[in-house]
Amino acid sequence: MSAHLPVLLIVVPLLAAPLAALVRHPRGSWVVALGASWWALGVSIALLMRVLADGTISYEIGGWAAPWGIEYRIDVANAFVLLIVSGIGAVVTPYARVSVEREVEAARIPLFHTAFILCLTGLLGIAVTGDVFNVFVFLEISSLSAYALIALGQDRRALTSAYQYLVMGSVGATFIVIGIGLLYVMTGTLNMADLAVRLPEVAATRTIPVAFAFLTVGICLKLALFPLHLWLPNAYTFAPSSVTAFIASTATKVAVYMLLRFFFTVFGAAFSFDVMQLDMVLMPLALVAIVSMSLVAIYQQNAKRLLAYSSLAQIGYMILGISLASVTGVTAGILHLFNHALMKGALFMTLGCVMYRVGSVRVEAMAGLGKTMPWTMAAFVIGGLSLIGVPLTVGFVSKWYLVLAALEQGLWPLAVVVLLGSLLAVMYVWKVVEVAYFQPPPDGDPPAEAPLSLLVPTWALVVANLYFGIDAKLTAGVAMRAAEALLGVGQ
Amino acid sequence: MAGVAILLPVVGAFLVLALGKWPNLRETATLVTATSLFAVVYSLLGPVRAGETPSLTLVEVVPGVTLGLEVEPLGLLFALVASFLWIVTSLYAIGYMRGHHEENQTRFFFFFAVSIAGAMGVAFAGNLFTLFAFYEALTLCTFPLVTHHQTDEARKAGRVYLGILLSTSVVFQLLAIIWTWQLAGTVDFVPGGILAGTASAGVLSALLVLYVFGVGKAAVMPFHRWLPAAMVAPTPVSALLHAVAVVKAGVFTVLKVSVYVFGVDLLGSLAATPWLAWAAATTIILASLVAFTKDNLKARLAYSTISQLSYIVLGALLANRWGIIGGGMHIAMHAFGKITLFFAAGAILVAAHEKDISRMRGLGRTMPITFGAFFIGSLSIIGVPPAGGSWSKWFLGLGTLEAGQLGLLAVLMVSSLLSLVYLLEIPVRAFFSAPPADSHHGEGIHEAPWQSLAAIVITATATLALFVWPDAFYDLMTLVVER
Repeated sequence: MSAHLPVLLIVVPLLAAPLAALVRHPRGSWVVALGASWWALGVSIALLMRVLADGTISYEIGGWAAPWGIEYRIDVANAFVLLIVSGIGAVVTPYARVSVEREVEAARIPLFHTAFILCLTGLLGIAVTGDVFNVFVFLEISSLSAYALIALGQDRRALTSAYQYLVMGSVGATFIVIGIGLLYVMTGTLNMADLAVRLPEVAATRTIPVAFAFLTVGICLKLALFPLHLWLPNAYTFAPSSVTAFIASTATKVAVYMLLRFFFTVFGAAFSFDVMQLDMVLMPLALVAIVSMSLVAIYQQNAKRLLAYSSLAQIGYMILGISLASVTGVTAGILHLFNHALMKGALFMTLGCVMYRVGSVRVEAMAGLGKTMPWTMAAFVIGGLSLIGVPLTVGFVSKWYLVLAALEQGLWPLAVVVLLGSLLAVMYVWKVVEVAYFQPPPDGDPPAEAPLSLLVPTWALVVANLYFGIDAKLTAGVAMRAAEALLGVGQ
Repeated sequence: MAGVAILLPVVGAFLVLALGKWPNLRETATLVTATSLFAVVYSLLGPVRAGETPSLTLVEVVPGVTLGLEVEPLGLLFALVASFLWIVTSLYAIGYMRGHHEENQTRFFFFFAVSIAGAMGVAFAGNLFTLFAFYEALTLCTFPLVTHHQTDEARKAGRVYLGILLSTSVVFQLLAIIWTWQLAGTVDFVPGGILAGTASAGVLSALLVLYVFGVGKAAVMPFHRWLPAAMVAPTPVSALLHAVAVVKAGVFTVLKVSVYVFGVDLLGSLAATPWLAWAAATTIILASLVAFTKDNLKARLAYSTISQLSYIVLGALLANRWGIIGGGMHIAMHAFGKITLFFAAGAILVAAHEKDISRMRGLGRTMPITFGAFFIGSLSIIGVPPAGGSWSKWFLGLGTLEAGQLGLLAVLMVSSLLSLVYLLEIPVRAFFSAPPADSHHGEGIHEAPWQSLAAIVITATATLALFVWPDAFYDLMTLVVER
């Protein structure tokens, strides 16, 4: 069976999704979702260990050999992304039970869990596959289910946000499929490894740069790189709390992985960066994203929207690392994928706790929570410190590699921007902290501390923030091997 | 043992939290922890004097960068001073917090103990990364102490405090540390330094500038505003943290970087060194002048601290044996003198409810012990016998002569004269002037609670004793320059 793990990773949740819909019982469908997400985590861990031990895994679906059949191809880079996605899924699902019961009407809960599993499956599928059209299929699975999940938010504005995301997301997906189509026309193959072999022969044509451009725009829309980010703040703000926690830590990360896969594996770093000069596009946009989105975050009055803008800035960090196109830079980018998933997962989950007890996540509604919900706010403070990049949190490790990568190439102004970004993070994190700890709680019954079923998963991520900040050998080591694999060095 | 020294205050802090409902037990926990911490640190003195440097690697954070501890003479000096004064300050704080009817005392003593753990971590850090981690931890743990009163004023002061300390450390210091790692391939503290020959003199000069201004806790102008802002805290915090533990962690970092990262020889050869020494000298004079304008006693003491901290920065940047010895000894000497002054300021606040110097005239007759101690503390800051401060100033003066910088010697002299006026004015007026017309000094005012008074007497006596027996600190600093 273990030989079939790559496909079982996808098939089991894919079958669990309709099962959750058929169960029609809120608690029952949740149990199915829990099983699916934990299964995915278990398989992802097994796959990562196998890849680290034995090298790249290639699995042919239905026994049809690549490049005719669909190949699932797992190296260190996507094994690491699988771990991130399934890890966050496995922590958010237990959290979702209570949170969703509060925020979604009972009749829709089974559908919620169905969409949740489908979204997880889609994201895992994008990461696991070695076939570019298959990437598109899974992208649509994850996106369509994400639109549905966001539309389930309590606020009526959730509907317009989901619709906005639907339009922008479809534009992005269309661009991606056009790019893939052009590649297919020129090479006659959809397999990534095969494409990488055949593309250099036709690289001098005009079609390939066009395909490259369509893919760049499409993927950057999906990963919400400034200025293609407009769908994200509303989507994160109005989605149900557990959906925000899940999507914020996984969806954009998988899109960043797509960027890495297409530009480093399919097109090759030499073509992407030397011929097409992708860094000239990505680096300025990343810098603008870091500074401008952090500044916008400072002025937000809704804590979820504040963190959403912070996410846009953090995506800037990942793209900045990748745009350096060096082993250290790409390591920093991949490492920040993982680390940012941990911090934003934890932070959005604390906001879910606040939503559960207070009914609002507007900053002024959090007055006095430092006293009334001490554990929730302590989690927020630690998550916030990690976002700022205080030593012994994961945020510091990301920053360390990113600054190092910039200094290696003598680009010290980049290093300064990265560090100034942390100061802006101090300002928006402290805005919430000050309200929670310095303002007296409003009159009336003080809110009680969040229930354990919310606090335990939240604190699991908080502890992960500290653990992987104190001992980052595993994550940094894996990220570096992934970067080396993508850049084709050191093997 | 270095690990124990960091762990002990943390354990003490949680004991304080657990015993929060019983104030007497809670305070016993603080005192017992403080005393045992000093015993632990003191037990390291023997081995270090014998030339040992016990070290401990806790965990490798990323490949090549570890969280590790190492006890060396300079760190031990800082730890000895901070841990000893923690005992005295705890005693003082008990009297102060109760006498002043402060709220949230459990939280206060909790974060106080955690901050001491941060200071111990800075003292015993085995490399730049570890030092930076504890440095930032110290900033964050002291934030709840600075903003203890949770008023609007405290919140604003907290913003200045956090804003300056985090900006300088994140943008300048962290950049310098990662740059050092990139150049030298290590961030360990090595006698003689790790940077020699790794980059051009221009790059290394830039690095030195980043370090000196990046250590915001050393309060070199223009990054000094956080220290007066921190004075909104209860007085024991100002006394131990903002005259000893936090600010000394800053100048300690400058000394440590000078000796163990750059190395005295490299430091002396860099073009930036004399310029930075003059930046420190400018801070010394300007801060003294600002101190004159402050009528609020704690604000005046804060500017005096800013001035005195730059003595130590200056000592490091003289880049010779006497400068380093004088700078290191000044960590200890200034600590005892300045904590006495802050203790006195707090005692006056608790007993007479006065904050302004102009309203302290005539108060010396009702609070003779407090103002007597203030006088002794002032002598030490000015640097005249029979107080300990005279030794560190003596060596710093020797350092300027060895460096051939007569201008800097003149700065030291002028600054001493300035502090003579702005500090001694206070006890002299208290003893010899008539009280202001609308004051109630005669009615029912007496000395502060006995715990606080005992603390004042202890530090004042220690200040005098250090004039006669400065050997321990001198010997430690000799070890530093001869390692």
